[in-house]
Amino acid sequence: MQLQLSPEMQAFREEMRTFFTTQVPKEIRDKGANRHHPTKDDFVTTQRILNAAGLAVPHWPVEYGGRDWTPLQRHIYREEMQLAHVPEPLAFNTSMIGPVLAQFGSQEQKDRFLAKTANLDIWWCQGFSEPDAGSDLAGLRTVAVQDGDEWVVNGQKTWTTMGQHADWIFCLARTDPTAEKKQRGISMLVFPMDTPGVTLRPIELLDGGFEVNEVFFEDVRVPSENLIGEVNKGWDQAKFLLGNERVGIARVGGTKGMLALAKELARETTYNGRPLLEDPRYASRIAEIENELVALELTALRVVANSADGKPHPASSVLKLKGSVLQQEVTELIVDIAGPLSVASFAEEGSDVPDWARVSAPEYLNYRKVSIYGGSNEVQRVIISGTILGL
Amino acid sequence: MRRKVTKTDPGFDEKVWTQLAEMGLLGLPFAEEHGGAGAGPVEVAIVAEEIGRVLAPEPFVEAVVLAGGLINRVGSDAQKSELLTALSEGSSIPTFAHTEIGSRWTPTASAVTATEAGDSWTLSGVKEPVPHGARADVLVVSAALPGGGTGLFVVNGDASGLTRSGYRNIDGTRSANVRFDSTPAAPLGEGGDQTDAIERALAVGRIAYSNEAVGAMDTALRTTVEYLKTRKQFGVTLNKFQALNFRAADMYMSLELARSIALWATVVEMTGGDVVSAGDRARLLTSRAGRHIGKDAIQLHGGIGVTAEYKVGHYTARLTAIDHLLGDGDFAADRLAAKVGDYPTVDPLGAPYA
Repeated sequence: MQLQLSPEMQAFREEMRTFFTTQVPKEIRDKGANRHHPTKDDFVTTQRILNAAGLAVPHWPVEYGGRDWTPLQRHIYREEMQLAHVPEPLAFNTSMIGPVLAQFGSQEQKDRFLAKTANLDIWWCQGFSEPDAGSDLAGLRTVAVQDGDEWVVNGQKTWTTMGQHADWIFCLARTDPTAEKKQRGISMLVFPMDTPGVTLRPIELLDGGFEVNEVFFEDVRVPSENLIGEVNKGWDQAKFLLGNERVGIARVGGTKGMLALAKELARETTYNGRPLLEDPRYASRIAEIENELVALELTALRVVANSADGKPHPASSVLKLKGSVLQQEVTELIVDIAGPLSVASFAEEGSDVPDWARVSAPEYLNYRKVSIYGGSNEVQRVIISGTILGL
Repeated sequence: MRRKVTKTDPGFDEKVWTQLAEMGLLGLPFAEEHGGAGAGPVEVAIVAEEIGRVLAPEPFVEAVVLAGGLINRVGSDAQKSELLTALSEGSSIPTFAHTEIGSRWTPTASAVTATEAGDSWTLSGVKEPVPHGARADVLVVSAALPGGGTGLFVVNGDASGLTRSGYRNIDGTRSANVRFDSTPAAPLGEGGDQTDAIERALAVGRIAYSNEAVGAMDTALRTTVEYLKTRKQFGVTLNKFQALNFRAADMYMSLELARSIALWATVVEMTGGDVVSAGDRARLLTSRAGRHIGKDAIQLHGGIGVTAEYKVGHYTARLTAIDHLLGDGDFAADRLAAKVGDYPTVDPLGAPYA
């Protein structure tokens, strides 16, 4: 059990911190610090800077740009990136389809996609969830039927995050409707978003933003060579991918940054002439969240130190559960600090409401998502009670 | 077994205490020249966790970590040789008589005062509740000094003017009302104000109790999970009810977060970091987790959890005692809250552990 960083790891952390705070443009990081979403260009610019320095896909196999780091190094890298408000390398590319291609893809597929995926030359989106297949993903109904050397895809996906920016989609489709277990007849296909028959409908969220979409497939023809891994074995890839999705989902660095911001805002905001930060109720709320965040960071480190052969430690469900709750608690804290100003979300130029207060309620509402995506917190409780406790 | 032992004084098994001495556990953190094993906070934490896991009533944290720790930190060489050797051998059990009615976890004393006459000191006043205060062979007593500040004194169990009335605590351990009436006392170490040493000792005690609490919570959860798997109602085992399983999952989450912070606080102590903050952090989280797990362990058992015949409620009783001996969660939260504006973020991994 390693709880104190060795001098080598402290130096590594310093190296990461220096890189992120000097090589990634300040205007991009400032957006993150001020709770604004990065634009498509911000993601692309940042990922290319990171990739040029070998920092976009450190967890990939070395031959495709990975760094052969220890789990602790990856943890430090991620935490420092979040603390510096650097837009993270696009998860769909680096945590999802990239590792799947490296693990299950043919040599041709690896050569064709991996370098472009690391450099965000291809922007990927995820075609997993469907209107009737959310937490119960294996209930998906999008079908792919073989026709010569093509698959013909029909169906609908939803919650496709940033699909409006995407060049390609990786998609689960039912290729054997007769399979006894519904998990067995699923395959993974990849195809360009501008393939005829693909249409996208943005879904407006509570915060007024557009980050998720519905994607419809109508007789979309996909060449056979675009099937990843084996036919009807797509569920293996999906499980592998979703396991990776939970790694790093604690988002300790990001929450720390938000809490530091909350402290600043509570210092600037006064009530009866006294900063909110000196109000015992607020100070104690901050102290409780901060202490749980310390415990979460230490737990993340224990999980990281005990992860064997790339498989996520079962306790990673604790990270997802507590990590999402703490993120939500901090966004809630910031809405409360904003107080009556928090309603002015869509104020325009003539308004005196500060920017952070305008975005506070939209962000609070937007962050309800973090206990839902990546396996809802109720799914995590099923995993903990079933897999860990044996209930 | 535990119920039998805790029903009669001194509330623990003297034979087990002797065995702990023979295993070298009572002298674990002390130097070999004082009869100890020269081990560190991590070894102490492991023992404390095991004490918690089996709910041993032996006063390991109270005698070794708190009283022994103060003697080791503040005492003169002669006092260390005498008192720590005797503690390590199991021939003399010390206690730290600090709490006063109405004192609520401050590092200072006011109800017991120290008076100097010539070369010697006497103490007068009342300490209560003093852990295993009736059984203890020697007492380390905090007392208000004539010129201000709080001093530490050693009082022998057979000293004149010392009256002790022991009783049973909710968790089966013992406490006592300890009255000093011009009782002769020797300053621990060089004397003078020892408020900082007391603050540190309380912090080290909080860390040790955190580890003991983790052991107790671990057993409480395991016992509960086993019960859910075997107890049948409505014709099925209780683990067919997701409402119950989800509560167990939340208990697991509380336990693992508490385990992380107890471990960390132990390492902070080992590496010479800020033990007072680390003690507060560990106290806050194990307080919240101890209440959560202790209460739900009983709830998920149903009526049997409230009985003295079944073990799980005793774990909750011990967790409740631990939660109030050296400061509760709100106490720790207040102390941390007073400082949250002083720094932007906490870095638990950095040196020297902010």
